[in-house]
Amino acid sequence: MLNIKINRRLIKNFDWGTFFIVVLLSIIGIMTIYSATRPLLPHEQPNYHIKQIYWLLLGITALFFIVSFDYIWMSRFAYPAYAAGVVLLLVVLLAGKTGMGAQRWLTIGPLSFQPSEIFRLMFIIVIARHFLELSGTMGLASIIKIFLAFTFIPLIILLKQPDLGTAIILLIMFLSLSIVKGLQKKVVVLLIVIGVISIPFIGNIMWEGLKDYQKNRIVAFMEPEADPAGIGYHINQSKVAIGSGGILGKGYMKGTQGPFRFLPEKQTDFIFAVFAEEWGLVGSISLLLIYLALILRGLDTALKAKDEFGRLLAAGITAMFSTYFFINVGMTLGIMPVVGIPLPFMSYGGTALLSNFIAAGILINIRTRRFELFY
Amino acid sequence: MSNNSRDRILLASYVIIGLFALFAIRLWQLQVLQGKEYGKISMGNMLRIIKSPAPRGIIYDRNSAPLVKNSPYFYASLMPDNLKQVNIQYLADILGINAGDIYARINKKGLSPFEPVKLKEGLTFKEIAAIEARRSDFPGLIIDIDMSREYLYGDIGAHIIGYLGKLNPSQSKNPEFKDVPPEAFIGQWGAELLFDRTLRGIPGERIIEIDALGREIKLLQENPPVKGEDLKLSIDINLQKAAEEAFAGRAGAVVALKPDTGEILGLVSRPSFDPNLFARGVNYSQWTALIQDKKVPMLNRALQSQYPPGSTFKIVTAIAALNEGVITPDTKVTCTGGITYGKWQFGCWKKGGHGTVSLHKAIVESCDVYFYEAGKRLGIDKIAEYARKLGLGSETGLQLVKERSGLIPDTKWKHEKRNQQWYLGETFNAAIGQGYVSVTPMQMAQLMSVVANGGLIYRPVMVKAETPLQPVASVNIKPQVFDLVRDGLYGVVNEGGGTGGAAKSSVAPVGGKTGTAQVVSIRKSSHQLPEKFRDHAWFVAFAPVEKPAIALCVFVEHGGHGGGAAAPIAKLAIEAYLKNKQNSSSVAQ
Repeated sequence: MLNIKINRRLIKNFDWGTFFIVVLLSIIGIMTIYSATRPLLPHEQPNYHIKQIYWLLLGITALFFIVSFDYIWMSRFAYPAYAAGVVLLLVVLLAGKTGMGAQRWLTIGPLSFQPSEIFRLMFIIVIARHFLELSGTMGLASIIKIFLAFTFIPLIILLKQPDLGTAIILLIMFLSLSIVKGLQKKVVVLLIVIGVISIPFIGNIMWEGLKDYQKNRIVAFMEPEADPAGIGYHINQSKVAIGSGGILGKGYMKGTQGPFRFLPEKQTDFIFAVFAEEWGLVGSISLLLIYLALILRGLDTALKAKDEFGRLLAAGITAMFSTYFFINVGMTLGIMPVVGIPLPFMSYGGTALLSNFIAAGILINIRTRRFELFY
Repeated sequence: MSNNSRDRILLASYVIIGLFALFAIRLWQLQVLQGKEYGKISMGNMLRIIKSPAPRGIIYDRNSAPLVKNSPYFYASLMPDNLKQVNIQYLADILGINAGDIYARINKKGLSPFEPVKLKEGLTFKEIAAIEARRSDFPGLIIDIDMSREYLYGDIGAHIIGYLGKLNPSQSKNPEFKDVPPEAFIGQWGAELLFDRTLRGIPGERIIEIDALGREIKLLQENPPVKGEDLKLSIDINLQKAAEEAFAGRAGAVVALKPDTGEILGLVSRPSFDPNLFARGVNYSQWTALIQDKKVPMLNRALQSQYPPGSTFKIVTAIAALNEGVITPDTKVTCTGGITYGKWQFGCWKKGGHGTVSLHKAIVESCDVYFYEAGKRLGIDKIAEYARKLGLGSETGLQLVKERSGLIPDTKWKHEKRNQQWYLGETFNAAIGQGYVSVTPMQMAQLMSVVANGGLIYRPVMVKAETPLQPVASVNIKPQVFDLVRDGLYGVVNEGGGTGGAAKSSVAPVGGKTGTAQVVSIRKSSHQLPEKFRDHAWFVAFAPVEKPAIALCVFVEHGGHGGGAAAPIAKLAIEAYLKNKQNSSSVAQ
């Protein structure tokens, strides 16, 4: 009886808005993947879109599964799950499969997945959980302590893989969560001062630590014309794809830059460029508005969360989506360096899609249970 | 929830909306402001216009024997983008080229990573098999087929047939070549150059959609190439071959003309070169070797070398003297082996003298003393007038190479150029084709043609005439003069004591005249001298005597006496032509 009662209330309050947005984005993504990888020569028949549909169905299932339990349980498993996540990252580093010059993949039987995609959720959960134990705004000491305790090790592992994109996102999520939790004014001022002063030093240390191809990407970002045939090629071809879309676009399945392979990584990192070529300014702005709706709704969920854990989780997940979105789209528009991270829900990639659906599930869970205190 | 937390989240929303606005502006910039520009680039990304060279017209000889053919050859190119996936050293070993060379070609100036770079042309089947067997080791390696010119007779006729070469820098600026694809071959010498426009046809154009790897996706438009027109040269390859082979390594020239049209039946310049060397582009060292060769194979000796004609010039003196009436066929001169004029001696080549000679015997035995007398009676200006009338001393007008004009001296010339008066002794020299007189083999062939056809001058042409050609001039000389001269020339070859006996042929009666051009003025038996001091040998001839079908001039550099070195070549050339002519006319019947 109790179960049915809970379900009925859940169904009534279920956050269909967020659900509708992420499914819509995924369908747009699959359509774009289909167009981007459509065969031009008869002997090449990729099935990226089919695989992505399977992952979408798995993602939707996972989403409902996550929503069916109160998110509070996550706080109980936060520490062990985080520890397991770090171990998994280490395993990847030591035994992972190398793809595109980086070790990101772990293969178990027929499945291969990217633990870093799952880890980012465990990271958000553990930080949110840990912040619950702190009262008031954080001072410098506590923020350094938490950084060293939860962020430093995975950051090093990710940089070692190397997965610069996820490492940057980890750092941004940590900062976003800290801001939402609350920082003492002097810490904020200090962070800004340290940040400004240390940029050249950190920049230098990071620069030395970068692989050649990563350095090339940054050089290419600064000066895309310097090496139009090499690394700057990605950025130029992306701009050509987006720009040639014009106002109304070339039409669905009529884009050329992706399928003709002028645009590399067309179905993953540069999928926005493929979309923008086919749908033009009108389509691109509409797509931007859908993402804006997802992010604003996420922030609204954080505002409306029934407890602090929910608020921190929602804020962390929204920060994650926003960061991915802005870096990825900014990169295809030529206003951000190329760091190889996917566009949430649209880029081809199973683990990322599943992980994002789990994240969306947590958001929906929080929003769906926002009135729970009043029952 | 604390108000602070709420405020911070609201602040985050504004920051996010601001960033979205920024992205929207960027999209506007790319898709609206620069949309047209990027649209063009995107079309250029997708489309390629590939020019395909048209099959070149075939060059035939006058009897429709092909002299060249278009033969396919293979070449290997590599996509620069695939450089890292290919073991270059291994590839270089298979192709037998230098690995450094491959890198140099690929790293050359701003190439697109998707534009194939030619590595080697003219792959052998063995090389192709070695590559195909390990195809997966060489991603981005393309083996393509192209057409090349093959010259079926090698260095035979190379000076008249010519060869192909890539556009040179000055040609690529010339609008005449704007339709020619950049790597294509065009005519650079001989007939290949002169008739390049018609031979090369119209290149085809394929507009294709390509992907970033340059692979063809879709053919959008195709204009097939139009094959170039075939060309039928006037030369007879049998004559040409027989004459060139008869040179046996010596230098010299042969020009054979059809007396009733001016068509060139053969044009030999030895040493020659193998035009097949140029077929796929000559390299620098090969080219400099050819250019710096001391034997100057690139010089067209038929048109570009001029020498005293020696006794062959006696034909001119004889015609002039008869036509002017200063001698008659019965005029007799006594030769005692030379004459004395003032303090100078003018010898006859026959030390003991010819005794009493008439015109006929003077021609047959080439008596110098007789022609000294004829020259004295004519005077240099009359000799020069006739020589010019008969085509000597000026270009014949064949547009093959820059032709030299030779020199026919007279009193006016000497006064203008040397500021000196003309001496009678110089007339003696001129009358027997020595001294200042110089001619090209082409001019001498034309002289022989005029004698053979009885006074008509045709402009020499190298393309087979499909309609009868008209003479450009008619020399005003009495017909019986030519009869008398031809009779003498027949005697030179066919009578006892004649200097041209070596040209006597069983195929047809030949008439001709020997000549020896002095290189150094010592009268010593030529074969005792080092080759470079030996005299040049001349022989001019026509056949058959009653109804001439061929007139020719043979010139052998440092060949010694005309009768010994040049006459046998003339005989072989005449026989090769007349036999073939009989064969082809019997086939026609």
